[in-house]
This record gives sequence, C-alpha cells and structure tokens, in this order.
Amino acid sequence: MRRWGWLGTFGAAVLVMVATIPMDATAQQCPKGKLRIYTSWPMQGAMIPEGTGMKNGVDMAIAEAGGVVAGYCLEIVNLDDASPQTGKWDGAVEAENANKAVADPLAILYIGTYNSGAAKVSIPINNRAHMAQITPANTYPGLTKKQGAAPGEPEIYRPLGFVNYFRPIPADDIQGAVGAKWAKRLGIKKVFILNDQELYGKGIADVFEATAKKIGLAVVANEGIDWKQPDQKPILTKVRASGADLVYLGGVIETGAQVIIRQMKEVGLVAPRVRFMGPDGLLEEELLKGATCEVAMATEMRVTFAGLPFEKMKGVGAKTYETYKAKFGKEPTSYALYAAEGGRVAVDALKRAAAEMDRAKDITEKREALRKAIATTKNFEGINGKWSFDANGDVDYDTMSGFKVVKADSPIGCKFQFETILE
Amino acid sequence: MRWGGVGEERRRSPPFRTNLLWHEVLIQQTVNGVTRGAVFALIALGYTMVYGIIGLINFAHGDVFMLGLFISLSYLTLLGMATTLHGWQLVTVLPLVFLATMLTTGTINVVIDRVAYRPLRHAFRLAPLITAIGVSFMLENLALIWKGPAPIAYPDVFPSVDILREWVGVDSLLFITTKDVLVLVTTIPLMIALQYFVTRTRWGKAMRATAQDKETALSMGIDVEKTIVLTFFIGGALAGAAGLIQGLYYNIGMWWMGYQAGLRAFTAAVLGGIGSMPGAALGGLMIGFLSAWSDQYISARWTNAIVFSILILVLIFRPQGLLGERVPDKA
Repeated sequence: MRRWGWLGTFGAAVLVMVATIPMDATAQQCPKGKLRIYTSWPMQGAMIPEGTGMKNGVDMAIAEAGGVVAGYCLEIVNLDDASPQTGKWDGAVEAENANKAVADPLAILYIGTYNSGAAKVSIPINNRAHMAQITPANTYPGLTKKQGAAPGEPEIYRPLGFVNYFRPIPADDIQGAVGAKWAKRLGIKKVFILNDQELYGKGIADVFEATAKKIGLAVVANEGIDWKQPDQKPILTKVRASGADLVYLGGVIETGAQVIIRQMKEVGLVAPRVRFMGPDGLLEEELLKGATCEVAMATEMRVTFAGLPFEKMKGVGAKTYETYKAKFGKEPTSYALYAAEGGRVAVDALKRAAAEMDRAKDITEKREALRKAIATTKNFEGINGKWSFDANGDVDYDTMSGFKVVKADSPIGCKFQFETILE
Repeated sequence: MRWGGVGEERRRSPPFRTNLLWHEVLIQQTVNGVTRGAVFALIALGYTMVYGIIGLINFAHGDVFMLGLFISLSYLTLLGMATTLHGWQLVTVLPLVFLATMLTTGTINVVIDRVAYRPLRHAFRLAPLITAIGVSFMLENLALIWKGPAPIAYPDVFPSVDILREWVGVDSLLFITTKDVLVLVTTIPLMIALQYFVTRTRWGKAMRATAQDKETALSMGIDVEKTIVLTFFIGGALAGAAGLIQGLYYNIGMWWMGYQAGLRAFTAAVLGGIGSMPGAALGGLMIGFLSAWSDQYISARWTNAIVFSILILVLIFRPQGLLGERVPDKA
C-alpha cells in the first residue's frame, strides 16, 4: 500500500511535468480557447495502480497531440469516483463527478468509468448534456446492447435517445462469438452449451449458440444449470448421451464452474472424445484448484480472453506498449492502453468535429458535434488492429486471445498458457 | 482386479463407440438418481428423526452435512491420505475416517441442540425454528471463513473403476463404477442399522416413546433429555456420513451446498411422511430419481420446479406423505 502510494505520488509528479511542458510551450497557440476532458474512476487503495495506469494512458494520448487539437488546448481533470469510507466506487460520488463535468462550460468529454456499475450512473447524466463518454474498462454488455443485457437496457441509459457512450474495448459477450469460431477451428463438430443462468454467463452462452449455428457447428442444447447443486452428474450424463464433442460453459468461478469441470471426468467426458471451453470468467487460478489440474488437462480446457495480451500486440499496439513502458518506466496495467486508445479516439474525433465546433453557439452544441464525430469513428488504427464503432458505440473487432491449461511447475501443477490469437 | 490408476486405464480403453441408446441413458440416469437419492435419504433421516421427537424442523441439518464433507477432508489430510487409496488403506483408513467424521458431526449437532434449541424447549414453537435458521447461517459463514468462497476439490480418495468394462469384461457404454457401489454399500447398512436401533433396542424404544408422548415417557422413567441428545447425535452422525460420501462420490465441496441439499432432503422427508424413517429413505430415493430424470428428459433449469410440483401433488392427495401416519394432533 505504502509503496503504491509513494509510486503513485511520484508518477503523478512526473506526469504533471510531462503534461504541463507541452501545454506551456503552446499556450499562445490556443486561438480557439481551452476545453476540458474529465476522467472518473477509483484512485484509492488497491485501485491506485490501475487508476494511475489509466490516467497515464489518457495523458499519453493527449501529449502525443501536443496538448492542442485543431486550435483547442486540452486540459485533463482527473476525478476519483471512490468513496473515502469504503475505498470502492460509489454511485453517489460518480453522479457528483458527472454532474460536475456537465456543469463545466469548458467540459467537452468524459472518460470513464472503470466499474460497469458506475457507468450505469454517469451515462444518463452525460447523455442529457449531449456529452460523449468513453470507457477504458467497462465490459458489461448491457451498457450498450441488448445481447446479454437486463430488460430495458441499454435504452434506460439513453434518456435523450441517442448513443453517447463508447467503448474501445470488446464487451464480454463477444467472447461467445469468438469461442464458437475457435471451437470450429479446433475441429469440434457438435457442442453442448451450459450456462449458469446469470447475466454474464447466459449472455455469453447465447452469443456462442447463435454464432455456432451461423458457422455450421451443431448445437445440442443451451441449457441453464442449477449451479447451487453440488451434483452435476445427471446433466453431464445428458451431455455424454448426446454425443457432443465440446462442453462450452458460460459461467464464472463464483457460480461453481469448478463442479462441472471436476465431474466431467467422472462421467467419462475427457479428451479426445470431449473437450471443454469457457470465457474469461474462468481464467482464474482458483478454478484450477477446485476443478483440479488433472481434470482441466484431461478435458484440454481452453478459455477465451477479451483483447490481446500487451506483449502479443502488433503494429500500433506494440508501439503503444513500448512507448508506454519507455515513458512511465513500468508495465502498463490491464486497462492503461485502452485508456490511451480512448484518448486517441477523442483526439481523432476532435479534429473531424473542429469545423462544426467552431460554428457552435454554446458548449452543448460543441459537445454534440464531438459526440457525433466519435460515433462515426471508422477504420481507426487501434492497439488491437483496425476497427470502427458500431451503432451501439461498441467496437466491431473481435480480436481475442485463447488460453489452454498446460502442465506447470507451480504448486497447483498447471497454468493457463497463451495459445493463439483469435479473430 | 485392478485398483487405482483409473484415469490412464480409461484413456487407454477405446472411447465409447457412439451415442448411448435410449435404454442405456435411462439406466445411467437411474444410477445417478439412486446415488444422489441415497445421499438425500441419509440427510432426510436426520430431519425426520428430530422432527419426530421434538417437532422441530432443524434447518441447520443441511449445513451439518456440508461440515461433514469439510471435516472428513481435514481428517484425510491429517492422516496424509488425500490421494487415491489402495488395498489395505481402503479397509483401514476409510472406516476410520468415516467413524471420526460421524463422531465429530454428531457432537456438533448435540452442541447445536444444547446451545440453540434446548433453552427454547418449552418456548413458543416457532422460536427454535428461527434459531435453527440462524444456526444454519452461522455454519455456512463458518465454512466460508474456513475454506473460502470457491468450491474446494475433494481428492479422488476412493478409486473409481468402470465395473462392467474392467471387471466383468463387457464392452458396455454404461458407466457403473466402484464409487456408485460405495454409495450403496455405505448408505444401505447405515439405514438398516438405524432401523434396527430404533425398533429393536432399549434406547430406540425410549426414542419412540418420547416421540409419542414426552410427558408420559418422562413419568415412565425415561430420561427424555438424554433421548433427545441421542437423537441429535445420531442425526448429526448420519449427516456427517452423507457429507463424506458426497465428497468421495462427487469430489467437490462448497460452503453453500448444505442449503440446497438440506432443502431437497427436507422435501424428501416430507414426501415420505415426516416422522417416518422408511418414508425418509423412500422420499430421498424418489427425489433422486425424479431430479436425475428431469435433468435428462426435461431440462436442468426446470428440475426444482418439477420436484416440488410432484411434492405438492403427493401432499394434496396424501397430506401425511407416502409412508406417514395420520397424527392429527401433531401436524
């Protein structure tokens, strides 16, 4: 904790210097005045490293543009949406942050949040003010689309009816689609899908099913399981009786994915006859402990993971990774480069929106111009390759990575190892 | 006969030829149902005994079963036997662990009674029901703190051998393993022993007398409190045995499983006729079959609904349960 606190302060000090130098140097080159970009995510306790990483990412993107875009000087205002009492994100604080941003006549963009729950609070506030919001980290599908969403989503986040929330990071449900394609590549013929009947798991399982059918992979069933039941042998016997050669489980470790995997061997569901695949909710060491390495390896367990590991990125991604490391002297945190991507998307859109913004009568019209420009982002050179925003404000690329459980010299006896890039 | 090393052997033997035929599926699911039901039955006995004697639905009972699994795991680890056992170990270590687990959970159940139910013995009838729910939460949270939130792998202590294929030599698609046999050869003798104890021994007679009429039993010189303690002990011991069997058979345990298993077992006790011990056993087996068949032929997500619909139907036509006796003054 102390170490992070010190590093955080040091990092922030370095950043202030880095960020202010170009701005001072170009202070006289702001013919069109100043605009502010607000960021909001937790910056306390265990979140200090990730929070700082995302802040670094945004700073890096704005610094690349020299702090000035199309005549507007950009200033970044970092807000913290964690409550000091709990150290975790707090809906009330997030609402306060968003209200503060929309009330600022110079605020043009909101970058955040880290937690999907917090985004549920700020998206509608920004929507009413025509303010675009870009997240570096939210992956809950319901924020942007019906697929894998609760009833009423995502419309409830768009009181004025238009899309103002954008994410340059694939949502959770995409994993279902990528998983199905991977299964086909692995030579799977017939899949039995199970899901834990929860938002995340069922959402992914449904997308897996739809994609599998589209690409000609036979689907026996997409069955909701009673995950509280410690005995899954009957349902696994049903899988066996169906002759499926893949079990795909939409689930997380909190809903007992371990039980399913553990008992697969007991009913004879092992490779080469039957394999196992799941989404990144299963990409946890804890799973291997409960399911045991023996069974995870016997079922040739594979999991998908949204995006690429930084060290596997190519082109823009590889360059961004190197630049980040050189600039900040450490490995980027999980979402730092996605924060940089968000900043770059904003800079790119600002250039395209400049003409309309110059004509705008007030800040709301300026925000609207930027919002429209972000929504029409096409063929953007991103860290995971070229992509565009779709009508929901989601990226249209589905580059992911595939991991496989392999033997390892660890106390558990096995680990998840990067196997392939999936598209 | 070959014990152990099953994983390798099974992989060497050719994988199943094609899909299972319909009757093979039915047999396989029935085997699943019997084993699942036998565990329910063992837990249901604890519910029914306690209800019979003090008229209390002991909601903490399912959690004693859950503790039984974790406690047996601790004993196995303590003995350094958290691996597949062979030959002599099976006949020495396993019975020892069974005994130790049953003694421990039996004692836990007695302590629960002493702390949470006995002070309320003459209180308003719903009071111990509420403390039972409280104890259930306490035990669950205890296990949560002890073992953490994630499911815990239970080692493959008991060797699993595909009997038809490896012992009989039939090239069958059915999977009937030594583990299935284990469940039956442990639960059935326990149930028979319990039935013998209750119907043929002095203590059993005392239990039946107490169940029938506490005051009269007391005036006949029966130590009612001691009888109640004994009942809780036996119920807890059976739950502990069920926990160990669950661990050996399903190879995984989690802190929340007591609630679900307890609910099913309680349903089994009511289905069979609460207060009736053969009824609890029958109810447990029936729920085992029904849920396994429902998982296969309908859908796993409907299983709970189906099991409870059948319970409602049975209770509409036979309110006292399948083997229960009509005792109008008690229900």
